[in-house]
Amino acid sequence: MEYTLSNKVKLTTVILIVVGVISLGIGIFTNQEHTDQRLWANLLVNGYFFFTISLAAVFFLSLQYVAEMAWGVTTQRIFQAIMTFMPIGALMLLVVLIASSLHMTHLYHWMVVGITDPASPEYDQVITGKSAYLNLPFFWIRAILFLGVWLFFANWFRKKSLKEDQLDLSQISDGVSPIYRKSIVMGILFIVFFAYSSTASAWDWMMSLDVHWFSTLFGWYAFSGMWISCMIVAVVLVLYLKSKDLLKDVNSSHIHDLVKWMFAISMLWSYLWFAQFMLIWYANVPEETTYYVTRLENYKLLYLGTFFINFLLPFFVLMARDAKRNVVFILPVALILFFTHFIDVLVMVLPATMHEHGQLGFMEIGMFLTFLGIFIFTVLKSLSKAPLAVKNHPMYDESVHLHI
Amino acid sequence: MMTDKKIYAIYDDDYVLLESAKHLVANGIHIRDVFSPFPIHGLDPVIGLKRTRIAITAFIYGMIGVSLALLGLWYMMIFDWPLNIGGKPNFSLFTNIPSFVPVTFEFGVLCAAHGMAITYLLRNWTLPGVIARNPYPRTTDDRFVLEIHPSDSKLSKNEIIALIDETCVLEIDEK
Repeated sequence: MEYTLSNKVKLTTVILIVVGVISLGIGIFTNQEHTDQRLWANLLVNGYFFFTISLAAVFFLSLQYVAEMAWGVTTQRIFQAIMTFMPIGALMLLVVLIASSLHMTHLYHWMVVGITDPASPEYDQVITGKSAYLNLPFFWIRAILFLGVWLFFANWFRKKSLKEDQLDLSQISDGVSPIYRKSIVMGILFIVFFAYSSTASAWDWMMSLDVHWFSTLFGWYAFSGMWISCMIVAVVLVLYLKSKDLLKDVNSSHIHDLVKWMFAISMLWSYLWFAQFMLIWYANVPEETTYYVTRLENYKLLYLGTFFINFLLPFFVLMARDAKRNVVFILPVALILFFTHFIDVLVMVLPATMHEHGQLGFMEIGMFLTFLGIFIFTVLKSLSKAPLAVKNHPMYDESVHLHI
Repeated sequence: MMTDKKIYAIYDDDYVLLESAKHLVANGIHIRDVFSPFPIHGLDPVIGLKRTRIAITAFIYGMIGVSLALLGLWYMMIFDWPLNIGGKPNFSLFTNIPSFVPVTFEFGVLCAAHGMAITYLLRNWTLPGVIARNPYPRTTDDRFVLEIHPSDSKLSKNEIIALIDETCVLEIDEK
Protein backbone atom coordinates (compact mmCIF):
# COMPACT_ATOMS: atom_id res chain seq x y z
CA MET A 1 0.00 0.00 0.00
CA GLU A 2 2.54 2.53 -1.06
CA TYR A 3 1.71 5.66 -2.93
CA THR A 4 4.16 6.70 -5.59
CA LEU A 5 4.33 10.18 -6.99
CA SER A 6 3.74 9.68 -10.68
CA ASN A 7 5.13 11.97 -13.35
CA LYS A 8 1.60 12.95 -14.27
CA VAL A 9 1.00 14.30 -10.77
CA LYS A 10 4.34 16.12 -10.78
CA LEU A 11 3.48 17.64 -14.14
CA THR A 12 0.04 18.73 -12.87
CA THR A 13 1.51 20.52 -9.88
CA VAL A 14 4.15 22.15 -12.06
CA ILE A 15 1.43 23.31 -14.47
CA LEU A 16 -0.53 24.70 -11.51
CA ILE A 17 2.51 26.62 -10.32
CA VAL A 18 3.37 27.86 -13.83
CA VAL A 19 -0.20 28.98 -14.53
CA GLY A 20 -0.20 30.64 -11.12
CA VAL A 21 3.04 32.47 -11.75
CA ILE A 22 1.92 33.59 -15.22
CA SER A 23 -1.38 34.82 -13.83
CA LEU A 24 0.51 36.56 -11.05
CA GLY A 25 2.75 38.19 -13.69
CA ILE A 26 -0.25 39.38 -15.68
CA GLY A 27 -1.71 40.71 -12.45
CA ILE A 28 1.45 42.62 -11.54
CA PHE A 29 1.86 43.92 -15.09
CA THR A 30 -1.69 45.19 -15.46
CA ASN A 31 -2.06 46.46 -11.91
CA GLN A 32 -2.28 50.25 -11.80
CA GLU A 33 -1.57 51.17 -8.21
CA HIS A 34 -0.62 49.69 -4.83
CA THR A 35 1.08 46.71 -6.49
CA ASP A 36 3.50 46.26 -3.59
CA GLN A 37 0.85 46.31 -0.93
CA ARG A 38 -1.39 43.97 -2.91
CA LEU A 39 1.45 41.50 -3.38
CA TRP A 40 2.32 41.43 0.32
CA ALA A 41 -1.33 41.15 1.31
CA ASN A 42 -1.71 38.18 -1.02
CA LEU A 43 1.39 36.54 0.37
CA LEU A 44 -0.06 36.89 3.85
CA VAL A 45 -3.43 35.49 2.73
CA ASN A 46 -1.93 32.41 1.12
CA GLY A 47 0.76 31.89 3.73
CA TYR A 48 -1.84 32.01 6.46
CA PHE A 49 -4.44 29.94 4.62
CA PHE A 50 -2.18 27.05 3.68
CA PHE A 51 -0.14 27.15 6.87
CA THR A 52 -3.22 26.92 9.04
CA ILE A 53 -4.51 23.94 7.04
CA SER A 54 -1.43 22.00 8.09
CA LEU A 55 -1.76 23.39 11.61
CA ALA A 56 -5.33 22.12 11.82
CA ALA A 57 -4.07 18.71 10.70
CA VAL A 58 -1.81 18.58 13.77
CA PHE A 59 -4.78 19.60 15.87
CA PHE A 60 -7.01 16.91 14.42
CA LEU A 61 -4.31 14.29 14.86
CA SER A 62 -3.88 15.28 18.52
CA LEU A 63 -7.63 15.14 18.91
CA GLN A 64 -7.58 11.57 17.63
CA TYR A 65 -5.06 10.61 20.32
CA VAL A 66 -6.72 12.54 23.12
CA ALA A 67 -10.17 11.13 22.38
CA GLU A 68 -8.61 7.70 21.75
CA MET A 69 -10.54 7.77 18.53
CA ALA A 70 -10.58 4.44 16.75
CA TRP A 71 -12.47 4.97 13.49
CA GLY A 72 -9.98 7.33 11.88
CA VAL A 73 -6.80 5.34 12.42
CA THR A 74 -6.75 4.10 8.81
CA THR A 75 -6.66 7.72 7.62
CA GLN A 76 -3.99 8.94 10.06
CA ARG A 77 -1.23 9.11 7.46
CA ILE A 78 -3.30 11.58 5.44
CA PHE A 79 -3.30 14.08 8.30
CA GLN A 80 0.38 13.43 8.91
CA ALA A 81 1.07 14.22 5.27
CA ILE A 82 -0.97 17.43 5.38
CA MET A 83 1.01 18.68 8.35
CA THR A 84 4.34 18.28 6.58
CA PHE A 85 3.52 21.49 4.69
CA MET A 86 3.98 23.34 7.97
CA PRO A 87 7.64 24.38 7.61
CA ILE A 88 7.02 25.88 4.16
CA GLY A 89 3.87 27.64 5.31
CA ALA A 90 5.65 28.95 8.38
CA LEU A 91 8.45 30.27 6.18
CA MET A 92 5.97 32.16 3.98
CA LEU A 93 4.33 33.66 7.04
CA LEU A 94 7.68 34.62 8.54
CA VAL A 95 8.69 36.39 5.33
CA VAL A 96 5.56 38.55 5.53
CA LEU A 97 5.91 39.18 9.25
CA ILE A 98 9.61 40.07 8.96
CA ALA A 99 8.95 42.39 6.02
CA SER A 100 6.17 44.08 7.97
CA SER A 101 8.33 44.45 11.06
CA LEU A 102 11.15 45.97 9.00
CA HIS A 103 8.62 48.46 7.56
CA MET A 104 9.15 47.15 4.03
CA THR A 105 5.40 46.99 3.74
CA HIS A 106 2.48 48.58 5.50
CA LEU A 107 0.24 45.66 6.34
CA TYR A 108 0.06 46.11 10.10
CA HIS A 109 -0.81 49.68 10.87
CA TRP A 110 0.22 49.35 14.52
CA MET A 111 3.83 48.66 13.46
CA VAL A 112 4.22 52.20 12.10
CA VAL A 113 7.09 54.09 13.79
CA GLY A 114 5.93 56.67 16.29
CA ILE A 115 2.35 55.51 16.48
CA THR A 116 2.52 55.40 20.29
CA ASP A 117 4.48 58.62 20.62
CA PRO A 118 2.24 61.62 21.48
CA ALA A 119 4.73 64.00 19.87
CA SER A 120 4.68 62.17 16.55
CA PRO A 121 2.26 63.09 13.74
CA GLU A 122 1.45 59.38 13.47
CA TYR A 123 0.22 59.23 17.08
CA ASP A 124 -2.85 57.06 17.58
CA GLN A 125 -4.42 56.97 21.02
CA VAL A 126 -6.40 53.76 20.47
CA ILE A 127 -3.33 51.82 19.32
CA THR A 128 -1.30 53.25 22.20
CA GLY A 129 -3.89 51.77 24.53
CA LYS A 130 -3.32 48.36 22.97
CA SER A 131 0.47 48.65 22.81
CA ALA A 132 1.02 46.62 25.99
CA TYR A 133 0.07 43.61 23.87
CA LEU A 134 0.68 44.84 20.35
CA ASN A 135 4.34 45.79 20.37
CA LEU A 136 7.04 44.33 18.18
CA PRO A 137 9.14 42.50 20.79
CA PHE A 138 6.16 40.77 22.39
CA PHE A 139 4.65 40.09 18.96
CA TRP A 140 7.82 38.30 17.91
CA ILE A 141 8.13 36.38 21.16
CA ARG A 142 4.63 35.04 20.55
CA ALA A 143 5.20 34.35 16.86
CA ILE A 144 8.41 32.40 17.49
CA LEU A 145 6.94 30.56 20.46
CA PHE A 146 3.82 29.52 18.56
CA LEU A 147 5.56 28.52 15.35
CA GLY A 148 8.33 26.74 17.23
CA VAL A 149 6.03 24.71 19.45
CA TRP A 150 3.66 23.85 16.61
CA LEU A 151 6.50 22.72 14.37
CA PHE A 152 7.98 20.71 17.20
CA PHE A 153 4.71 18.85 17.76
CA ALA A 154 4.11 18.27 14.05
CA ASN A 155 7.60 16.87 13.68
CA TRP A 156 7.24 14.75 16.81
CA PHE A 157 3.96 13.14 15.78
CA ARG A 158 5.21 12.33 12.31
CA LYS A 159 8.54 10.95 13.48
CA LYS A 160 7.08 8.81 16.26
CA SER A 161 4.37 7.43 14.03
CA LEU A 162 6.96 6.31 11.49
CA LYS A 163 8.99 4.83 14.32
CA GLU A 164 5.91 2.99 15.60
CA ASP A 165 5.74 1.21 12.24
CA GLN A 166 9.18 -0.28 12.86
CA LEU A 167 8.47 -1.64 16.34
CA ASP A 168 8.58 -5.37 16.74
CA LEU A 169 6.10 -7.34 18.79
CA SER A 170 8.36 -7.70 21.82
CA GLN A 171 8.22 -3.94 22.36
CA ILE A 172 4.44 -3.89 22.49
CA SER A 173 2.83 -4.78 25.81
CA ASP A 174 -0.88 -5.62 26.04
CA GLY A 175 -1.23 -4.71 22.37
CA VAL A 176 -0.41 -1.06 23.09
CA SER A 177 2.89 0.35 21.92
CA PRO A 178 4.76 2.73 24.25
CA ILE A 179 4.72 5.31 21.46
CA TYR A 180 0.93 5.31 21.45
CA ARG A 181 0.83 5.97 25.19
CA LYS A 182 3.28 8.84 24.78
CA SER A 183 1.30 10.22 21.84
CA ILE A 184 -1.78 10.58 24.04
CA VAL A 185 0.18 12.71 26.51
CA MET A 186 1.67 14.78 23.71
CA GLY A 187 -1.78 15.18 22.15
CA ILE A 188 -3.15 16.55 25.43
CA LEU A 189 -0.24 18.98 25.74
CA PHE A 190 -0.69 20.16 22.17
CA ILE A 191 -4.43 20.71 22.50
CA VAL A 192 -3.98 22.77 25.66
CA PHE A 193 -1.29 24.88 24.00
CA PHE A 194 -3.26 25.11 20.78
CA ALA A 195 -6.37 26.36 22.58
CA TYR A 196 -4.50 29.49 23.62
CA SER A 197 -2.11 29.86 20.72
CA SER A 198 -4.66 29.44 17.90
CA THR A 199 -6.72 32.29 19.33
CA ALA A 200 -3.74 34.52 20.07
CA SER A 201 -2.19 33.88 16.66
CA ALA A 202 -5.45 34.83 14.98
CA TRP A 203 -5.42 38.10 16.93
CA ASP A 204 -1.79 38.73 16.06
CA TRP A 205 -1.75 37.91 12.39
CA MET A 206 -5.32 38.56 11.25
CA MET A 207 -7.30 40.64 13.72
CA SER A 208 -4.50 43.17 14.29
CA LEU A 209 -4.73 44.10 10.60
CA ASP A 210 -7.93 45.89 11.60
CA VAL A 211 -6.15 47.25 14.60
CA HIS A 212 -8.89 49.58 15.80
CA TRP A 213 -11.39 46.76 15.80
CA PHE A 214 -11.73 43.82 18.14
CA SER A 215 -13.89 40.75 18.55
CA THR A 216 -13.55 38.17 21.30
CA LEU A 217 -14.93 35.52 18.98
CA PHE A 218 -12.40 36.08 16.23
CA GLY A 219 -9.97 33.37 17.34
CA TRP A 220 -12.66 30.75 17.21
CA TYR A 221 -13.86 31.98 13.87
CA ALA A 222 -10.35 31.69 12.41
CA PHE A 223 -9.90 28.30 14.08
CA SER A 224 -13.11 26.85 12.62
CA GLY A 225 -12.05 28.18 9.22
CA MET A 226 -8.72 26.37 9.32
CA TRP A 227 -10.32 23.19 10.64
CA ILE A 228 -12.89 22.97 7.86
CA SER A 229 -10.23 23.62 5.21
CA CYS A 230 -8.13 20.80 6.67
CA MET A 231 -11.07 18.37 6.68
CA ILE A 232 -11.79 19.26 3.05
CA VAL A 233 -8.20 18.53 2.06
CA ALA A 234 -8.33 15.22 3.92
CA VAL A 235 -11.58 14.20 2.23
CA VAL A 236 -10.29 15.09 -1.23
CA LEU A 237 -7.03 13.20 -0.58
CA VAL A 238 -8.91 10.11 0.57
CA LEU A 239 -11.13 10.22 -2.51
CA TYR A 240 -8.07 10.67 -4.73
CA LEU A 241 -6.21 7.75 -3.18
CA LYS A 242 -9.33 5.58 -3.31
CA SER A 243 -9.64 6.34 -7.01
CA LYS A 244 -6.06 5.05 -7.39
CA ASP A 245 -7.18 1.82 -5.70
CA LEU A 246 -5.01 2.54 -2.68
CA LEU A 247 -6.12 2.79 0.94
CA LYS A 248 -7.81 -0.60 0.89
CA ASP A 249 -8.67 -0.36 4.57
CA VAL A 250 -10.67 2.80 4.11
CA ASN A 251 -14.29 1.91 3.37
CA SER A 252 -17.36 4.00 2.65
CA SER A 253 -18.01 4.37 6.38
CA HIS A 254 -14.71 6.20 6.82
CA ILE A 255 -15.57 8.53 3.98
CA HIS A 256 -19.02 9.02 5.51
CA ASP A 257 -17.45 9.95 8.84
CA LEU A 258 -14.91 12.32 7.32
CA VAL A 259 -17.59 14.07 5.29
CA LYS A 260 -19.71 14.23 8.43
CA TRP A 261 -16.86 16.17 10.02
CA MET A 262 -16.70 18.43 6.99
CA PHE A 263 -20.43 19.01 7.26
CA ALA A 264 -20.32 19.63 11.01
CA ILE A 265 -17.37 22.04 10.93
CA SER A 266 -19.06 23.95 8.10
CA MET A 267 -21.99 24.46 10.42
CA LEU A 268 -19.64 25.46 13.25
CA TRP A 269 -17.97 28.01 10.99
CA SER A 270 -21.32 29.41 9.81
CA TYR A 271 -22.53 29.56 13.38
CA LEU A 272 -19.46 31.49 14.54
CA TRP A 273 -19.55 33.80 11.50
CA PHE A 274 -23.14 34.66 12.21
CA ALA A 275 -22.71 34.91 15.99
CA GLN A 276 -19.98 37.50 15.48
CA PHE A 277 -21.96 39.37 12.85
CA MET A 278 -25.31 39.35 14.61
CA LEU A 279 -24.07 40.64 17.95
CA ILE A 280 -22.12 43.47 16.34
CA TRP A 281 -25.00 44.31 13.99
CA TYR A 282 -27.45 44.35 16.87
CA ALA A 283 -25.36 46.38 19.32
CA ASN A 284 -24.34 48.82 16.56
CA VAL A 285 -21.35 50.25 18.42
CA PRO A 286 -19.20 52.25 15.97
CA GLU A 287 -15.85 50.82 17.07
CA GLU A 288 -17.17 47.29 16.52
CA THR A 289 -19.05 47.86 13.28
CA THR A 290 -16.03 49.22 11.36
CA TYR A 291 -15.04 45.69 10.38
CA TYR A 292 -18.39 45.02 8.74
CA VAL A 293 -18.81 48.48 7.29
CA THR A 294 -15.59 48.20 5.28
CA ARG A 295 -16.46 44.70 4.14
CA LEU A 296 -20.09 45.33 3.26
CA GLU A 297 -19.33 48.55 1.43
CA ASN A 298 -16.63 47.30 -0.92
CA TYR A 299 -16.64 43.51 -0.68
CA LYS A 300 -20.32 42.75 -0.35
CA LEU A 301 -20.48 39.97 -2.94
CA LEU A 302 -17.33 38.19 -1.75
CA TYR A 303 -18.14 38.59 1.92
CA LEU A 304 -21.80 37.59 1.93
CA GLY A 305 -21.31 35.11 -0.91
CA THR A 306 -18.69 33.25 1.14
CA PHE A 307 -21.06 32.99 4.06
CA PHE A 308 -24.09 31.80 2.14
CA ILE A 309 -22.17 29.27 0.04
CA ASN A 310 -20.35 27.86 3.05
CA PHE A 311 -23.55 27.52 5.00
CA LEU A 312 -26.23 26.56 2.48
CA LEU A 313 -24.27 24.36 0.08
CA PRO A 314 -23.14 21.68 2.55
CA PHE A 315 -26.38 22.03 4.50
CA PHE A 316 -28.62 21.08 1.64
CA VAL A 317 -26.29 18.90 -0.44
CA LEU A 318 -24.49 16.86 2.23
CA MET A 319 -27.30 16.49 4.75
CA ALA A 320 -28.46 13.11 3.47
CA ARG A 321 -26.61 9.92 4.37
CA ASP A 322 -26.29 8.76 0.77
CA ALA A 323 -24.80 12.09 -0.32
CA LYS A 324 -22.05 11.72 2.30
CA ARG A 325 -20.97 8.48 0.61
CA ASN A 326 -21.25 9.57 -3.00
CA VAL A 327 -18.26 11.16 -4.66
CA VAL A 328 -20.54 12.97 -7.13
CA PHE A 329 -21.93 15.03 -4.23
CA ILE A 330 -18.82 15.21 -2.06
CA LEU A 331 -16.19 16.35 -4.53
CA PRO A 332 -17.87 19.44 -6.04
CA VAL A 333 -18.97 20.65 -2.59
CA ALA A 334 -15.48 20.05 -1.17
CA LEU A 335 -13.76 21.95 -3.97
CA ILE A 336 -16.19 24.88 -3.84
CA LEU A 337 -15.89 25.07 -0.05
CA PHE A 338 -12.10 24.99 -0.26
CA PHE A 339 -12.06 27.96 -2.61
CA THR A 340 -14.65 29.93 -0.66
CA HIS A 341 -12.67 29.43 2.55
CA PHE A 342 -9.70 30.88 0.73
CA ILE A 343 -11.95 33.84 -0.13
CA ASP A 344 -12.87 34.00 3.55
CA VAL A 345 -9.22 34.57 4.49
CA LEU A 346 -8.88 36.97 1.56
CA VAL A 347 -11.73 39.10 2.90
CA MET A 348 -10.14 39.05 6.36
CA VAL A 349 -6.99 40.62 4.91
CA LEU A 350 -7.78 42.71 1.83
CA PRO A 351 -10.29 45.21 3.27
CA ALA A 352 -7.89 45.90 6.13
CA THR A 353 -4.77 46.31 4.01
CA MET A 354 -6.07 47.47 0.61
CA HIS A 355 -9.15 49.31 1.89
CA GLU A 356 -11.43 50.00 -1.08
CA HIS A 357 -8.81 48.95 -3.67
CA GLY A 358 -8.78 45.24 -2.97
CA GLN A 359 -10.29 42.81 -5.44
CA LEU A 360 -10.26 39.25 -6.61
CA GLY A 361 -8.16 39.45 -9.74
CA PHE A 362 -5.30 37.82 -11.61
CA MET A 363 -2.89 38.44 -8.77
CA GLU A 364 -5.06 36.78 -6.12
CA ILE A 365 -5.88 33.77 -8.30
CA GLY A 366 -2.27 33.48 -9.47
CA MET A 367 -0.84 33.52 -5.98
CA PHE A 368 -3.49 31.03 -4.86
CA LEU A 369 -2.69 28.60 -7.69
CA THR A 370 1.05 28.88 -7.05
CA PHE A 371 0.61 28.08 -3.39
CA LEU A 372 -1.88 25.35 -4.17
CA GLY A 373 0.65 23.71 -6.48
CA ILE A 374 3.37 23.82 -3.84
CA PHE A 375 0.95 22.58 -1.21
CA ILE A 376 -0.29 19.63 -3.27
CA PHE A 377 3.24 18.68 -4.25
CA THR A 378 4.53 18.77 -0.66
CA VAL A 379 1.62 16.79 0.70
CA LEU A 380 1.68 14.12 -2.00
CA LYS A 381 5.45 13.86 -1.76
CA SER A 382 5.31 13.09 1.95
CA LEU A 383 2.42 10.69 1.33
CA SER A 384 4.69 8.76 -1.03
CA LYS A 385 7.47 8.59 1.56
CA ALA A 386 5.65 6.38 4.05
CA PRO A 387 3.19 3.48 3.85
CA LEU A 388 -0.39 4.69 3.66
CA ALA A 389 -1.42 2.54 6.60
CA VAL A 390 0.03 2.94 10.08
CA LYS A 391 1.29 -0.21 11.74
CA ASN A 392 1.22 -1.30 15.39
CA HIS A 393 -1.46 1.25 16.27
CA PRO A 394 -3.55 -0.51 18.94
CA MET A 395 -6.85 0.49 17.34
CA TYR A 396 -6.03 -0.11 13.71
CA ASP A 397 -8.03 -3.31 13.54
CA GLU A 398 -11.04 -1.63 15.09
CA SER A 399 -10.82 1.08 12.47
CA VAL A 400 -10.69 -1.42 9.61
CA HIS A 401 -14.00 -2.87 10.76
CA LEU A 402 -15.75 0.45 10.98
CA HIS A 403 -19.33 0.09 9.86
CA ILE A 404 -21.98 2.73 10.34
CA MET B 1 -56.46 -21.18 13.90
CA MET B 2 -53.16 -22.98 14.09
CA THR B 3 -51.59 -20.92 11.32
CA ASP B 4 -51.76 -17.81 13.46
CA LYS B 5 -49.22 -19.18 15.91
CA LYS B 6 -45.88 -17.45 15.92
CA ILE B 7 -42.59 -19.19 16.51
CA TYR B 8 -40.14 -17.60 18.92
CA ALA B 9 -36.50 -18.67 19.02
CA ILE B 10 -34.77 -17.54 22.19
CA TYR B 11 -31.03 -16.93 22.38
CA ASP B 12 -28.72 -15.72 25.10
CA ASP B 13 -26.15 -13.94 22.94
CA ASP B 14 -26.46 -11.26 20.30
CA TYR B 15 -23.72 -12.66 18.08
CA VAL B 16 -25.24 -16.16 18.16
CA LEU B 17 -28.59 -14.64 17.20
CA LEU B 18 -26.98 -12.79 14.30
CA GLU B 19 -25.33 -15.95 12.98
CA SER B 20 -28.55 -17.93 13.44
CA ALA B 21 -30.54 -15.26 11.64
CA LYS B 22 -28.11 -15.48 8.70
CA HIS B 23 -28.52 -19.28 8.66
CA LEU B 24 -32.33 -19.10 8.74
CA VAL B 25 -32.58 -16.36 6.11
CA ALA B 26 -30.23 -18.33 3.84
CA ASN B 27 -32.70 -21.20 4.06
CA GLY B 28 -35.64 -19.08 2.98
CA ILE B 29 -37.18 -18.16 6.31
CA HIS B 30 -38.50 -14.64 6.74
CA ILE B 31 -37.75 -13.18 10.16
CA ARG B 32 -40.58 -10.87 11.13
CA ASP B 33 -39.00 -9.22 14.15
CA VAL B 34 -36.17 -9.37 16.66
CA PHE B 35 -36.42 -8.43 20.32
CA SER B 36 -33.17 -7.42 21.94
CA PRO B 37 -32.05 -5.33 24.91
CA PHE B 38 -29.78 -3.28 22.65
CA PRO B 39 -29.28 -2.69 18.90
CA ILE B 40 -27.47 -5.60 17.25
CA HIS B 41 -24.83 -4.36 14.86
CA GLY B 42 -25.21 -5.63 11.32
CA LEU B 43 -28.63 -7.21 11.85
CA ASP B 44 -30.68 -4.81 9.72
CA PRO B 45 -29.51 -6.00 6.29
CA VAL B 46 -29.70 -9.66 7.38
CA ILE B 47 -33.38 -9.62 8.27
CA GLY B 48 -34.13 -7.22 5.43
CA LEU B 49 -35.06 -4.16 7.44
CA LYS B 50 -35.49 -1.05 5.32
CA ARG B 51 -33.57 2.03 6.37
CA THR B 52 -35.45 4.33 8.68
CA ARG B 53 -37.09 7.38 7.18
CA ILE B 54 -37.07 9.28 10.45
CA ALA B 55 -34.28 11.57 9.21
CA ILE B 56 -36.54 12.75 6.38
CA THR B 57 -39.35 13.50 8.80
CA ALA B 58 -36.88 15.40 11.01
CA PHE B 59 -35.94 17.59 8.05
CA ILE B 60 -39.58 18.25 7.21
CA TYR B 61 -40.44 19.11 10.82
CA GLY B 62 -37.41 21.39 10.97
CA MET B 63 -38.50 23.23 7.84
CA ILE B 64 -42.05 23.54 9.23
CA GLY B 65 -40.58 24.98 12.42
CA VAL B 66 -38.48 27.51 10.53
CA SER B 67 -41.47 28.62 8.44
CA LEU B 68 -43.76 28.88 11.45
CA ALA B 69 -41.18 30.87 13.40
CA LEU B 70 -40.65 33.31 10.54
CA LEU B 71 -44.39 33.67 10.02
CA GLY B 72 -44.96 34.28 13.72
CA LEU B 73 -42.11 36.79 13.97
CA TRP B 74 -43.33 38.59 10.89
CA TYR B 75 -46.85 38.85 12.29
CA MET B 76 -45.82 39.88 15.80
CA MET B 77 -42.79 42.06 15.17
CA ILE B 78 -43.41 43.52 11.72
CA PHE B 79 -47.07 43.43 10.77
CA ASP B 80 -49.17 43.65 13.92
CA TRP B 81 -47.17 45.83 16.27
CA PRO B 82 -43.72 46.97 15.09
CA LEU B 83 -41.53 47.93 18.03
CA ASN B 84 -38.52 50.18 17.79
CA ILE B 85 -35.75 48.10 19.36
CA GLY B 86 -32.37 49.81 19.16
CA GLY B 87 -33.37 51.50 15.91
CA LYS B 88 -33.48 48.20 14.03
CA PRO B 89 -35.53 48.14 10.82
CA ASN B 90 -38.93 47.21 12.17
CA PHE B 91 -40.86 47.59 8.94
CA SER B 92 -39.41 44.76 6.89
CA LEU B 93 -38.78 41.12 7.69
CA PHE B 94 -35.91 40.80 5.24
CA THR B 95 -33.73 43.65 6.48
CA ASN B 96 -34.38 42.77 10.11
CA ILE B 97 -33.74 39.06 9.63
CA PRO B 98 -30.45 38.81 11.60
CA SER B 99 -32.31 39.53 14.83
CA PHE B 100 -34.81 36.77 14.06
CA VAL B 101 -32.28 34.07 13.19
CA PRO B 102 -31.62 32.80 16.76
CA VAL B 103 -35.34 32.39 17.51
CA THR B 104 -35.99 30.82 14.11
CA PHE B 105 -33.11 28.43 14.56
CA GLU B 106 -34.22 27.39 18.05
CA PHE B 107 -37.79 26.89 16.96
CA GLY B 108 -36.63 24.82 13.99
CA VAL B 109 -34.60 22.59 16.30
CA LEU B 110 -37.48 22.34 18.75
CA CYS B 111 -39.93 21.26 16.05
CA ALA B 112 -37.46 18.82 14.49
CA ALA B 113 -36.60 17.17 17.81
CA HIS B 114 -40.14 16.96 19.18
CA GLY B 115 -41.66 15.99 15.85
CA MET B 116 -39.08 13.24 15.42
CA ALA B 117 -39.58 11.89 18.96
CA ILE B 118 -43.37 11.92 18.70
CA THR B 119 -43.29 10.30 15.26
CA TYR B 120 -41.00 7.61 16.60
CA LEU B 121 -43.23 6.87 19.58
CA LEU B 122 -46.37 6.86 17.41
CA ARG B 123 -44.90 4.65 14.72
CA ASN B 124 -43.70 2.08 17.26
CA TRP B 125 -46.81 2.58 19.36
CA THR B 126 -44.72 3.05 22.49
CA LEU B 127 -46.36 6.22 23.70
CA PRO B 128 -46.39 6.72 27.48
CA GLY B 129 -49.13 4.58 29.01
CA VAL B 130 -49.37 2.18 26.08
CA ILE B 131 -49.15 -1.47 27.16
CA ALA B 132 -45.89 -3.04 26.04
CA ARG B 133 -46.23 -5.68 23.32
CA ASN B 134 -43.03 -7.42 24.26
CA PRO B 135 -43.64 -11.22 24.23
CA TYR B 136 -40.72 -11.93 26.54
CA PRO B 137 -39.89 -9.32 29.20
CA ARG B 138 -36.45 -10.86 29.57
CA THR B 139 -35.51 -9.41 26.19
CA THR B 140 -35.15 -6.11 28.05
CA ASP B 141 -32.39 -7.71 30.09
CA ASP B 142 -30.32 -10.60 28.73
CA ARG B 143 -32.37 -12.54 26.19
CA PHE B 144 -32.51 -12.18 22.40
CA VAL B 145 -35.60 -13.41 20.56
CA LEU B 146 -36.43 -14.02 16.90
CA GLU B 147 -40.06 -13.85 15.86
CA ILE B 148 -41.07 -15.96 12.84
CA HIS B 149 -44.51 -16.25 11.27
CA PRO B 150 -44.81 -19.62 9.54
CA SER B 151 -47.22 -18.12 6.99
CA ASP B 152 -44.42 -15.79 5.74
CA SER B 153 -42.37 -18.57 4.17
CA LYS B 154 -43.12 -21.60 2.07
CA LEU B 155 -41.71 -24.00 4.63
CA SER B 156 -43.91 -25.87 7.04
CA LYS B 157 -43.84 -25.20 10.74
CA ASN B 158 -41.93 -28.41 11.50
CA GLU B 159 -39.33 -27.66 8.87
CA ILE B 160 -38.80 -24.20 10.35
CA ILE B 161 -38.42 -25.62 13.84
CA ALA B 162 -35.96 -28.20 12.52
CA LEU B 163 -33.89 -25.42 10.94
CA ILE B 164 -33.95 -23.37 14.12
CA ASP B 165 -32.80 -26.44 16.00
CA GLU B 166 -29.65 -26.49 13.88
CA THR B 167 -28.62 -23.16 15.42
CA CYS B 168 -27.38 -22.70 18.98
CA VAL B 169 -30.86 -21.92 20.18
CA LEU B 170 -31.75 -21.87 23.86
CA GLU B 171 -35.47 -22.48 23.60
CA ILE B 172 -38.14 -22.61 20.91
CA ASP B 173 -41.58 -21.39 21.82
CA GLU B 174 -44.93 -21.07 20.06
CA LYS B 175 -47.52 -18.51 20.99
